[in-house]
Amino acid sequence: MIRHQLSFDLLIFRRNPAATFFTVVLPLIFLVIFTSIFGNNTLDNGAKVATLYVPGILTLAIVSATAVNVAITMTARRERGVLKRVRGTPIPPWVFVLSQALSGFVIAIVMTVIITIVGRVFYGVELQLATVPSLLISLLIGATSFAALGLALTTIIPSEDAAPAVTNAIMLPLYFISGVFVPDTEVPDWVGTVGALFPVSHLNKALQESFNPFAEGAAWPWDHWLVIGCWGIVCAVITLKRFRWSPNR
Amino acid sequence: MATAIGVKGLTMRYGDFVAVDGIDLEVAEGEILAFLGANGAGKTTTIEILEGFRSRTSGQVEVLGQDPEEAPLSWREDIGIVLQESEPVPELTAGEAVRMQAGYYLDPLDPGETLRLVGLEESAHQRTRKLSGGQKRRLDLALALVGNPSLVFLDEPTTGFDPSARRESWGMIEALRDLGKTVLLTTHYMDEAEHLADRIVVIGNGRIVAQGTAKQLADQVNAQTRVSWKPLTTDPRPPDRLGAQVDETGRAIIETSDSLITLNALTNWAIEIGVPLPELNVARPTLEDVYLELTSDGSSS
Repeated sequence: MIRHQLSFDLLIFRRNPAATFFTVVLPLIFLVIFTSIFGNNTLDNGAKVATLYVPGILTLAIVSATAVNVAITMTARRERGVLKRVRGTPIPPWVFVLSQALSGFVIAIVMTVIITIVGRVFYGVELQLATVPSLLISLLIGATSFAALGLALTTIIPSEDAAPAVTNAIMLPLYFISGVFVPDTEVPDWVGTVGALFPVSHLNKALQESFNPFAEGAAWPWDHWLVIGCWGIVCAVITLKRFRWSPNR
Repeated sequence: MATAIGVKGLTMRYGDFVAVDGIDLEVAEGEILAFLGANGAGKTTTIEILEGFRSRTSGQVEVLGQDPEEAPLSWREDIGIVLQESEPVPELTAGEAVRMQAGYYLDPLDPGETLRLVGLEESAHQRTRKLSGGQKRRLDLALALVGNPSLVFLDEPTTGFDPSARRESWGMIEALRDLGKTVLLTTHYMDEAEHLADRIVVIGNGRIVAQGTAKQLADQVNAQTRVSWKPLTTDPRPPDRLGAQVDETGRAIIETSDSLITLNALTNWAIEIGVPLPELNVARPTLEDVYLELTSDGSSS
């Protein structure tokens, strides 16, 4: 049953131009723009500058595929009465919700593969084989937690129209203070401190460790995983307590 | 005949507001029952309690042998629901939407066949966002039917429709009768209830104010048959024993509980003195009159 729903959720994602643009196309455009503006020189230590951007772009794609998509899609479904109708059928409600989170996970994996390949082929960004397991774990913890964040966000979003506005008003500033667009070595300390309270910067740092060309061994960013996971658990609890199935009118 | 829905003393309070105030109800298998009432009368609250979407303050409710509040998910295999307001997923075609829904049931109907049943087979490949209002409502019905339920809830199935779309929907709901489904529908249109339902339950202020067939309801009310015509100003006045009143438009009106005797007396008099009775009309009380009379006392909501 979950495969049935997942295949439809992925189909719905593919057919939604806004979702595919912000999740698939926009991160790639940003990668191209950043490397064009800031160049892709080889640093003194032998690494390419794009190595610094790829984790940030990947963070953007994962957060967009999960938190942003889940929040906007689920709010729209709630307000259109789709969730209420689903509740009137024999499908267990959690299957429907889990499928939405899983579809974000699948899209995040696809984006990771695309961005890693583009980074590798066009910008010479290396990914060490030894850090691939840590990359996958970051992806798993990140996608699950940010999907939970998206579900928790639906509980404070009043209407379908408000969904993109609320989601972006929260996410865009977070990207800037979390080292996604601007490396955190370039921002004042207090900005980095505030950013570190939120999960976006920790996903970014966890991914940076996987893409660190000088990583020795597997790179296990336990501290970052812990923070992301805690956010995920808190959001899951909020969702369990406050998620609504009926339209807000 | 077996009972599909049994309700005893159903009450729902929101704070001080009593939305449903002690409703007793029984719906037999295969019966089409209409809840008739104004907005705020308690129709939707009642139907949503029966659908298992809301909990209740008190009373016994049994739908297909289960209490909706405690029924397992498998109970929903046999229930189809058309909500008052719901949109299909806009990115899917009508056919895909029905196939997605079919996947939620153990033993669904064929999705293509379900679309044919509601007359949407030609729109199967159309995105749902491109469907007209009437077509979307038909898709709603297809989604409710694809699980092959024995009991179908329809909450205001034609509210906001133009007359031709309403007629179309009526045709589909009548088809449910041929399929042997039990149907519970809510409406605030008297003609809809009269046209579709075997039995009408009139709800006002959370209580059942009357129930029966359209004819029984009409008989229940003391509304009298009205005999009227439009006399010329030069015509002689009818004798007082007929009890005719002239209204502001100049129509002569006789209210009577025995139209046969009244008509006989009136026409005998007219033939005798040789006056025509222009625009002679005999009107039985319509369900609308009945409805207004039944729900008039003390109702402001």
